[in-house]
Amino acid sequence: MASNGIRDKVAIVGMGCTRFAEHWDKSAADLLVEAVGEAWDSSGIGREDIDAYWLGTMVSGFSGLTLSEPLRLSGKPVSRVENYCATGSEAFRNACYAVACGAYDVVMAVGVEKLKDNGYSGLAAAGPETDGTTIEMTAPAMFSLLAPAYANKYGVSNEEMKEVLTRIAWKNHQNGARNPRAQFQSQVSMEKIRCSPIMASPLGVFDCSGVSDGAAAAIIVRAEDAARYTDKPLYVKALSLVAGSGSGIIDPHYDFTTFPEVVTSAQDAYQQAGITSPRDEIAMAEVHDCFTPTELVLMEDLGFAARGTAWRDALAGVFDLDGELPVNPDGGLKSFGHPIGASGLRMLFECWLQLRGEAPEQRRISNGKRLGLTHNLGGQPGRCVSFVSIVGAEAGG
Amino acid sequence: MRGIISYGAYVPPHRLKREAIEAALRTKIGSGTRSVASYDQDTTTLGVEAARLALDQTGEAVARLLFATASPAYLDKTNATALHAALELGPSVLALDSGGALRSGLGSLLTALQGGPTSLVVLSDMRGGRPGSDEESAGGDAAAAFVVGDGKNVLAEFCGSGSITDEFMDRWRLPGEKTAQVWEERFGETVYAGLVEKALSNTLDDLGLAHADLARIVVTGVHGRAVKAAQRRLGSTVVSDLTEAIGQTGAAHSGVLLTVALAGAKPGDRIAVVSLADGVDVAVFKATSAIERYWPQRPLASQLNGQIFDVDYPTFLGWRGFLDRQPPRRPDLVRPAAPPSFRNRGWKFGLAGSEDRSSHAVHLPPQRVSFVGEAVDDMTSAPRADAYGTIATFSIDRLAYTPSPPMIVAVIDFDAGGRFIAELTDAKPDEVAIGMRVEMTFRRFYTAGGIHNYFWKARPVRVDEER
Repeated sequence: MASNGIRDKVAIVGMGCTRFAEHWDKSAADLLVEAVGEAWDSSGIGREDIDAYWLGTMVSGFSGLTLSEPLRLSGKPVSRVENYCATGSEAFRNACYAVACGAYDVVMAVGVEKLKDNGYSGLAAAGPETDGTTIEMTAPAMFSLLAPAYANKYGVSNEEMKEVLTRIAWKNHQNGARNPRAQFQSQVSMEKIRCSPIMASPLGVFDCSGVSDGAAAAIIVRAEDAARYTDKPLYVKALSLVAGSGSGIIDPHYDFTTFPEVVTSAQDAYQQAGITSPRDEIAMAEVHDCFTPTELVLMEDLGFAARGTAWRDALAGVFDLDGELPVNPDGGLKSFGHPIGASGLRMLFECWLQLRGEAPEQRRISNGKRLGLTHNLGGQPGRCVSFVSIVGAEAGG
Repeated sequence: MRGIISYGAYVPPHRLKREAIEAALRTKIGSGTRSVASYDQDTTTLGVEAARLALDQTGEAVARLLFATASPAYLDKTNATALHAALELGPSVLALDSGGALRSGLGSLLTALQGGPTSLVVLSDMRGGRPGSDEESAGGDAAAAFVVGDGKNVLAEFCGSGSITDEFMDRWRLPGEKTAQVWEERFGETVYAGLVEKALSNTLDDLGLAHADLARIVVTGVHGRAVKAAQRRLGSTVVSDLTEAIGQTGAAHSGVLLTVALAGAKPGDRIAVVSLADGVDVAVFKATSAIERYWPQRPLASQLNGQIFDVDYPTFLGWRGFLDRQPPRRPDLVRPAAPPSFRNRGWKFGLAGSEDRSSHAVHLPPQRVSFVGEAVDDMTSAPRADAYGTIATFSIDRLAYTPSPPMIVAVIDFDAGGRFIAELTDAKPDEVAIGMRVEMTFRRFYTAGGIHNYFWKARPVRVDEER
């Protein structure tokens, strides 16, 4: 794909993120007030200093009023955007471009989701009217399709596959246990993960991300203005979004061991950022581990591992907090939770903490590298949108 | 020469043991099993199964579809139109229901045999009753279909028929009720006893035939005792009525048994079908030489000896709406909307996708823009209802709502091209594997907002079933 990129044109100068949890006592409006308030405070930039807002939410409200009303924004442009589970990243992406093109000086991207008011297990979103021919499979089932396909293609036994998936969940819970903002903050034993009730075989309940409520926000300015607000801005090196043609679910050539949309968006992002060897150059990655097989496949699609080898790397601890390339150091969707519209910005929030040296000591990454990657996915294998961003602590380089 | 050109019978593979009812309700029921339509089947979809088997065996163009059942899926709305759509019959084909009465089964076949255009006659029924009732344990679910017409392809010539009609309260059901009411059993038995031999002898006299000219006699009806008594009186040429194995399948049963009689018939054999329902109807056939060249697709005997699924009694009660189980915490099912169902009827009912003329990429459902190359609005129809496929990957979804959890979802790659993510039915979760062979089956997914959601599922191809 052709893109001119956005490298070092804009920077993040303030962020906020609520704890992700079953917030029975908080509305989407409450969560927005908290996340936006923290972002304002972290930057010294107030409500009136922000020229425009982008709000991402999938099911928690329609229109810009979902943000402008609770925050009593007056006379400001507020867009509400939606792009499945990549909604939060989409808000960020649009906000960045608005600054990069010169239309505004200071903007905010906000993501929010209030999932726990509907009383359902798992995700539930009403769609348009249909002819009733779409199979009503759940999200765990959609992503579980990856597991047998991957195992079959690379000669991984069912037992080995279960160990790999268990190891991924265990790692993300290890990380989440070191994060006071995560939904789940307990370490979970491999045994407990392995034996958890099956949702969509081979996926147990511990292979699934947490359904939660939360919000996150970022303030974006032109890179050259960043020093006015902070001495530790986070520079945007790359933004890439791909909406697939959806052909995977109808094309027999698609084998459910990859997300082609992720491969394309990652290649575009690396090209924008000038990255040639992501495993060596990136300090940390926040990836869309909605279900454990997703993280496995993403390691290969993002170029962190060669095809057919990520399962060995996962077992070997390559992606652990103290591994060669830490993945989901904040606990990921698995442990931090997945309030849909907030997740993309939550990933950036971890980059914000880690690359500025502000992550809590028990999960601080100090491998000397200065680039972070976020990857956000919406849809299902064969039919999805994929977002990749690269951010860095230094301009240029 | 008018008669039967092809036939097919379908008995769903699920069985309920009568002793399972006995054990659960601590009451005397009897031995054997009854056939059970799966949770995703109704008389319409059973009918489609039988009709596909019958149509598979003939190239005759059907000009009329007659659908008979005592348990119609819809009232007011014609159910035969769903069969018509699923079978992809032409728009000028007349499709009619004979609904509500048990007698309409053989009656519809007689109507077609007595004249008119080449017709597809489908007899389908699901029988049941309150837990512990005779209707529940003695009933069964099945369908039979016949292509009826003229010409040298007739394999069973229609010799003639005779009827006696009488008005008496043996068995009846008010609209909206799930279970029939029955008068004291000996009343109906006595009334029928006076009618059966009279009807048969009148018919044979009219045709200039004697009882000894009949190679086989099929006797059926939902009044079990009256039928048993008639079978005893009519002697050893009576075809086994299968009630021990599948139960009495109501409006379908005379058709189901006729397919058994035809499958065993030699040229020249005469077969009489005697049906006890609000009187007695008799139809007489004579097998022609064409019957020797006729190899029915999946004859009933092979279905009865094939893959059978034992259904436990609580499951059966749940499927029949007598046990209201706790659903998962998931949103209510959404009814399919009428306009998109109408726009996409070729897909929803006929499972017809589209194939790009230039790249031959297959699109399921049909699309206007190809996912390969640049073609727009340049596609031909790609029907897949009769196609075989292979499972590329699959999932057992324990969270999804289905009346019979878990939901098995499989990615199907068709031999003829194209991929389709399908729900798998008539399968056990632990037998599903990558590479498994599947075929398509027309099902009722669920009913929501008063609308039955019909569409296609995949099911494993059992041993030797591939054509």
